[in-house]
Amino acid sequence: MENQTKIKVESLNLSIGNKVILNDINISIPKNKITVILGPSGCGKSTLMKSMNRLTDLYPEMKVSGNIFIDDEDILHTKNDVTEIRKRMGLLSQRPYPLPMSIYKNVAYGLKISGRVNKQLLNKRVEHYLQQASLWNEVKDRLKDPASSLSIGQQQRLCLARGLAVDPDIILADEPTSALDPISSQEIEKKFLELKGNYTIILVTHILRQAARIADYVVFMYLGEVIEQGPAKEFFSNPQTEITKAYLRGSIN
Amino acid sequence: MNWNRIRDNISPTRLQINKFNEVWMLVWTLFLVVVPLFIVSGLLWKSSLLLENHTLKEIIFSSEWKPMSGKFGFLPFIMSSLWVTLLSLLIAAPICLFSAIHLTQYANRYVLRFMQPVIDILAGIPSVIYGVWGIIAVVPFVAEKIAPMFGVQTTGYNILSASIVLAVMVIPFILNILIDIINTIPKELTEASLSLGAGKWYTIKHVILRKALPGIISAMGLGLSRSFGETIAVLMVVGNVAAIPSGIFQPGYPLPALIANNYGEMMSIPQYDSALMFSALLLMIIVLFFNIGSRFLIMSYEKRFK
Amino acid sequence: MKKDSNKKTSFKKQRLKYEEYFFRGVMLLSSCLIAFILGLIIYSILVKGVPSLSWEMITQTPKGGFYFGKEGGILNAIIGSIYLAFGATFIAFIIGLPISLYMNVWLSHKEKWVNMLRFILDLLWGIPSIVYGAFGFTIMILLGIKASLLAGIIVTALLILPIMIRAIDEGLKTVPKGLKESSYSLGSTKSELAFKIMLRQCIPGIVTAVLLSFGRAIGDAAAVLFTTGFTDNIPTALNQPTATLPLAIFFQLSSPIPEVKERAYAAAVILTSIILIISVLSRVLTQKYNKHTIKF
Ligand SMILES: Nc1ncnc2c1ncn2[C@@H]1O[C@H](COP(=O)(O)OP(=O)(O)OP(=O)(O)O)[C@@H](O)[C@H]1O
Ligand SMILES: [Mg+2]
Repeated sequence: MENQTKIKVESLNLSIGNKVILNDINISIPKNKITVILGPSGCGKSTLMKSMNRLTDLYPEMKVSGNIFIDDEDILHTKNDVTEIRKRMGLLSQRPYPLPMSIYKNVAYGLKISGRVNKQLLNKRVEHYLQQASLWNEVKDRLKDPASSLSIGQQQRLCLARGLAVDPDIILADEPTSALDPISSQEIEKKFLELKGNYTIILVTHILRQAARIADYVVFMYLGEVIEQGPAKEFFSNPQTEITKAYLRGSIN
Repeated sequence: MNWNRIRDNISPTRLQINKFNEVWMLVWTLFLVVVPLFIVSGLLWKSSLLLENHTLKEIIFSSEWKPMSGKFGFLPFIMSSLWVTLLSLLIAAPICLFSAIHLTQYANRYVLRFMQPVIDILAGIPSVIYGVWGIIAVVPFVAEKIAPMFGVQTTGYNILSASIVLAVMVIPFILNILIDIINTIPKELTEASLSLGAGKWYTIKHVILRKALPGIISAMGLGLSRSFGETIAVLMVVGNVAAIPSGIFQPGYPLPALIANNYGEMMSIPQYDSALMFSALLLMIIVLFFNIGSRFLIMSYEKRFK
Repeated sequence: MKKDSNKKTSFKKQRLKYEEYFFRGVMLLSSCLIAFILGLIIYSILVKGVPSLSWEMITQTPKGGFYFGKEGGILNAIIGSIYLAFGATFIAFIIGLPISLYMNVWLSHKEKWVNMLRFILDLLWGIPSIVYGAFGFTIMILLGIKASLLAGIIVTALLILPIMIRAIDEGLKTVPKGLKESSYSLGSTKSELAFKIMLRQCIPGIVTAVLLSFGRAIGDAAAVLFTTGFTDNIPTALNQPTATLPLAIFFQLSSPIPEVKERAYAAAVILTSIILIISVLSRVLTQKYNKHTIKF
């Protein structure tokens, strides 16, 4: 029970033209834990995230091979609908990208895609997820306002609420706090710690201290390869490779 | 490094040359600002004779055009211009919008590689060539194929032919702007929508088009201002009858055609001369109005991505 | 309950799918239509014009008046157009290049000013050419200048100036900041940076700008309608009137005499070919310079 695996990546390769972006990636991501992906800029962290919910499909120039199992389903080669796979993962990006519509509709967006929903039920669920993202109290009187009128920190929490609303079991967060002020960052971090009971969270970050604060499991990448992975405690207290040590000292960037 | 040594390298003559260049280039640049002011004030000055003898209301809302007896009602020309430009936009807008979505969202790079020169060449073909094409292809087509379908007899030299020719002329112009607009939408927005379980088409409909809406409107505004001033091609197929058109199979007489057809010869009658300069002024004001409006819309739209 | 909503879901998905198919069809059709129209235009011009092309058409001036004479060709218009387009492009280049350099070197830290200039240029570009033509004609009357090659060159130069500047400007914009800074740190003055480094750096941009402007200059009719006059002769001096290809097409097409119309169609073929050659040329040149960027 302790170490149930949620996502298993096996010999994943990804290249653009002749350029290898990801080289033979093998990782196991534990269920209902926070897994932090670390690594210097340009090492392929975002690309790895994108392949997990098949956003790589958007870039026809990318060639992907290997397997990614989510709950034993190989999502790279499945016959199932890609949109269903994507719905199982909420995505938070580096900067918040609210959809060009009202606050309410941003949260309702995912709920409305797949069919007509009872208005009252919808209201309830929008409120529920806004509360989950600790945003409800700030926006309950202005749900009709455009989402772009919120502050950046609020927008990021709105994106979280929007992602939670499609009822995923995985949250992919790609440097979600890098555009935020320290207080908003803390709020997001706190949120993740609360959510990890029910969600498998994968977080990309550059901030070592943030990683140390909230990670259960760490994956360290360098130049498109996974150099080291393991439980956070061991990773930080006893790094195995020279590259990792150098990175933890802050001498790679 | 040794800053003083480098500074010493810049000899007085080089600095003087630099200063000299700066001054004349500034003057050159100021010239740019002066030209439009010069044109507007010149046109105003020339049309003052007409404006002294007639009220603005009389000029714009009267449809009596009898230059020889001093009657200058511009309504037929204004209405013709409106008919032609609006109808051409009506034809061009959906084609441009659909093609822009196709080229930015669905087309692979072979299609792009093919369409890019197509659009460029269409944009580069001179107005007069469009006019020739209008006469040899569009006018007969309208007269022999389209008009009979509506039970109308026409020579083919009418509003509809002019609008079709004009539509083809503005398509590359609008399409290029639309492609730029859609391409400035961050890819992350599409990714966000997809990750919420939306399909591609749903994303286009609810996110991309909505985000692009102000830009789409401005692109159409710019297209309108472009086609409003288009002269030769329209003049060649529109029929040039100075009456308010009552339908698309009627001939028209847009403002640019009025100027082009009459200006060279009417210098001897001061009032007529002034009236034609007034129509140039009117043309310029309308075009600038749409142009500035659309550009402000685009600028406020682009700001939101920064 | 759950099953029911699943059914609804799949129904909506189905509908979306068919909707997408439908619109993809419409979109594809729109793009095809655009390409088809271009083909149609070129086809119509060629079908009408090629039969009337002959050696004497391009080597002789019209005989017996361009509107009534049945003999002769359009050499006057070909030469006139070339003179006019070269002259106007040259003047626009001489004025435009310094302005775009000024915008990108001297004003490079005053973004507000540069943006305002760009805005003005875009507006100038939007002014219809008939306005330039009519206004230019008025000025000529005022100063007592007769319609001539020179007048046409000046008006056309003004017409294409905004395009010239904006196109060079687009090229200069792409010069990396680092290059500018390193040039300053080596002790260059601003004009040395502008005329020695920036200029060389964006030669492809300048070539494109010149070709683009040339195409605009040779194709425009409304600006030269009153300003160049029209004549059967080839101009030998700047103060003589001249024919141009667009005007030769415009005037001769309205003639009732078939032989005269033929001249218009032949001129249309020649003008279209020039435009096509320019387009191919600028494509080849830009592709040679930046092979790896696919713009769109
Ligand atoms: N669409 C693309 N086309 C070409 N190269 C790409 C593309 N997307 C990513 N790359 C390249 O792939 C490599 C990995 O990019 P990725 O964004 O995954 O890095 P990252 O680890 O997320 O970096 P950062 O920490 O800066 O976000 C980079 O070298 C990048 O240039
Ligand atoms: Mg990244």
